[in-house]
Amino acid sequence: MSYPTDLKYTKEHEWIRVDDGAGAVGITDFAQQQLGDVVYVELPDVGATMTQGAVFGTIESVKAVSELFAPVSGEVLEVNASLKDRPELVNSKPHDTWLVKVKLANPGETASLMDAAGYEALIAK
Amino acid sequence: MADSAGTPLKRTPLHFSHVALGARMVPFGGWDMPVEYSGITAEHMAVRTAAGLFDVSHMGEVEIAGKGALEAVQHITSNDASKLQVGQIQYSALTTPEGAFVDDLLVYRFGPSHFLLVINAGGIDKDYAWIAAKANDAVPGIATHNSSSRYALIAIQGPKAQQILQTQTDIDLQAIKYYWFAHGEIAAVRGTVSRTGYTGEDGFEVMVPPAMAAAVWDALMQAGKPHGLIPAGLGARDTLRLEAAMRLYGNDIDDSTTVLEADLGWIVGWNKPEFLGRAALVAQKAKGTTRTLVGFEMIDRAIGRHGHAVFYKGEPAGVVTSGTQTPFLKKAIGMAYVPTSIKTPGTEIEIDIRGRRAKAVIVPMPFYKRPKKS
Repeated sequence: MSYPTDLKYTKEHEWIRVDDGAGAVGITDFAQQQLGDVVYVELPDVGATMTQGAVFGTIESVKAVSELFAPVSGEVLEVNASLKDRPELVNSKPHDTWLVKVKLANPGETASLMDAAGYEALIAK
Repeated sequence: MADSAGTPLKRTPLHFSHVALGARMVPFGGWDMPVEYSGITAEHMAVRTAAGLFDVSHMGEVEIAGKGALEAVQHITSNDASKLQVGQIQYSALTTPEGAFVDDLLVYRFGPSHFLLVINAGGIDKDYAWIAAKANDAVPGIATHNSSSRYALIAIQGPKAQQILQTQTDIDLQAIKYYWFAHGEIAAVRGTVSRTGYTGEDGFEVMVPPAMAAAVWDALMQAGKPHGLIPAGLGARDTLRLEAAMRLYGNDIDDSTTVLEADLGWIVGWNKPEFLGRAALVAQKAKGTTRTLVGFEMIDRAIGRHGHAVFYKGEPAGVVTSGTQTPFLKKAIGMAYVPTSIKTPGTEIEIDIRGRRAKAVIVPMPFYKRPKKS
């Protein structure tokens, strides 16, 4: 699979789509494949602060629990409410299913993230 | 592949079938095993609604035979094997003198003085050493044999299992009752079919020589396809057995938990004059256990998992041994050891999930019971 070029990626397999100072954050196709069927996503409340590289939530599949790492720092603007009843969206449409939207505290932080080519190289290892 | 200690993983005779089917392989009890093929949820649902095919060849087999075989089995296991007729199977425990589990197992009575014990994959060598020594204590010179490499084991489970398997064998499957077995040919291979399983669903386990396992597997895959049979891995096996409240050795039971604490008093032959652990279990039964394995269902949206601490009225009250979100019941359920004084269904407990206390309620087990055939 080729990874969308309009996203930036972390080495912990999150993605962020930045648009006008805000970013939508999700997990990659590779991550959802590794996890298997997602059954529960625990996310911060709107207004909470995320710190780049720090845990901001957890995602659970039938078999495993995995932590979510913030690709950028900032304030949580929105949490994807549809995941409460349909967590499987993370499996079926990983790159279209955002978990949280965040107001970037420091837009320069995205420079440390990978582009699609860099991420594909990482997971090919 | 190797496990974390660097020991090469063992492969079942069906290894290349799994690889060809695109299974995700993981280390389990020293074996390289398929955890899932199409996904745990799909595989779990197939077993509840149609059928699933499992490779369980990693399980161990030990045989005890000859004069005194019954006495030896009676000494080392908790259940009363004298109640078994030839062709019958019972669930039992290999007990320590303390009444705890060396392992849990199935005891097959192959002949009046010939028993086959099916044991867990993770402890075959340890179990066999124990069985050989303790059987010899009871009946000096008794023949015991670790036959694990002589058997491949394939489980076909689900409401369509009988219909599918019947197309591949002349054995009258309808005549095999729950926890009975018969010998015969399956896909033209000589073997043994038992009406047993670890899913809470109707189904069979088929024992065949390892060299013929792939032929039998392929025949069952082919025959099952029109009925919705799919291959199922250890992931679905775990969620299925948990819905059925079947204990998992190493999680729910081990050599520190007694048969009574595990709420498995029904596998103790209380009328047997002697077996390893009898005195301890009789004493514990008289006095009452201090802790008991119970089922719970989450009230809050969260999943209690193995190792999570349990609290009751704010005080530490035990530990979760198994837990997951189950695909069929669509609930987060699990098992935990709690003080016997609070084991009553309806009791609210809390489970510490990564620092957050989530509410759960004790419920009766099993969580899932298959619908009775009309």
